[in-house]
Amino acid sequence: MSEPTVIQTRGLTRYYGARSAVYDLNLEVPRGCVFAFLGRNGSGKTTTIRMLLGLLEPTRGEGRILGYDIRVLPPEARARIGYLTEDHQLYSWMSVRECGDFQSRFYPRWNGKIFSGVIEHFSLKPTARVKELSRGERAGLCLGLTLAPEPELLVLDDPAIGLDPVAHRSLIESMIYLTRRSDRTIFFSSHQLADVERVADYIAVLDRSVLRVCCPLETFRNSVRQVRLQFSGTPPPVPKIPGLLQAFRSEGGLRVICAHYNSATEAALRALNPAQMEPVPLNLEDAFISYLGERGEKSFILPETEAQP
Amino acid sequence: MTNLSINTGSNTPIYKQITEQVRMAVASGRLAVDDQLPSIRALAEQLVINPNTVARAYADLAREGLIESRTGRGVFVTRKRKMFTREEGWRRLEPLMNAMIGEAMVLDFTPQEVEEALGKKLGQWKGAKGDKKP
Repeated sequence: MSEPTVIQTRGLTRYYGARSAVYDLNLEVPRGCVFAFLGRNGSGKTTTIRMLLGLLEPTRGEGRILGYDIRVLPPEARARIGYLTEDHQLYSWMSVRECGDFQSRFYPRWNGKIFSGVIEHFSLKPTARVKELSRGERAGLCLGLTLAPEPELLVLDDPAIGLDPVAHRSLIESMIYLTRRSDRTIFFSSHQLADVERVADYIAVLDRSVLRVCCPLETFRNSVRQVRLQFSGTPPPVPKIPGLLQAFRSEGGLRVICAHYNSATEAALRALNPAQMEPVPLNLEDAFISYLGERGEKSFILPETEAQP
Repeated sequence: MTNLSINTGSNTPIYKQITEQVRMAVASGRLAVDDQLPSIRALAEQLVINPNTVARAYADLAREGLIESRTGRGVFVTRKRKMFTREEGWRRLEPLMNAMIGEAMVLDFTPQEVEEALGKKLGQWKGAKGDKKP
């Protein structure tokens, strides 16, 4: 009940044929945090989540969730985990209330107040049939079904997908509400960096099946930085700077984005002898895109222009 | 003091947006000494953000001596302090001046033009300060 780490994996790997979907994953999720699991489409997020929940056999490596081995998760472990999938699977002929009644039989710790609270928050009628619900309403119903058993660990696989702004906001509010209990952990995958900024304490980033980031959100924001350098003449070619993600050369200026920014990075930039050098704040989305996007130098200085007097 | 607001996607992290707004409100007198701020939980739910982010902002403000948490009663604005030493003030002003001069260079202004424009601005500032005196 009190392990400080709720999810822990070592060398977790899954192949589909010859292709690795998740490779050598070492993940640690501290108890009580809101943990955002990021990465581009097909980077291995869902595969990871399915392995963590014992729904998919790892090719090799190991993992623990709430202290249990993920290869042999007992039902009592599953009862302590809430899982919301990308595709909301429900019986279409049931009413909202019937869905709740049906689901409650599987959980000894079912809290009907939470279920009706979420249903109300998403403005759902208890008598409405599942088949008549919009996508956002279905998401609300599924969230209610997932939250009512009061899971210690909530795993949400891309919960924001396809939601309208109102349903989306209700979802985020529900997540914030859950943090009232400081021992509850939320692990969610997403592409919505605005959500990540609002709710996440920690982030992990998967890039083509490999984990590239796993740290507090603030640490990530601090380590990816942008600096603008100005030169009196044409800027020099970009040298090897440790952690360089992107460089943009233009007339009289050079803008660089570096990861793991530290005093060595700064010294390497100063060595270029710029007339001016100043930090330019970077938002989370730009930092993320620089980190995961194509690396290298983008030069806006055309060779012809340089040759001209 | 419920008109705090935050933007996602900003270059400024959310906790900094909060500290900057509270500092401004105290500096401009919109928040007076002994005014109460929302609790961490209440502000988090109002802004729809993680309570840890609010806690972080409040911790920074408390460290600066701008607010304090009074046990069982809430978070309050404390004595209004001079926010920065002269030295710290210069340290913050300098990069802004550098940026302006750098920009002026790139945009082909002459030092005289900049000096003249700046002189006008400073004149307005002096005028405004003079008017305020009772």
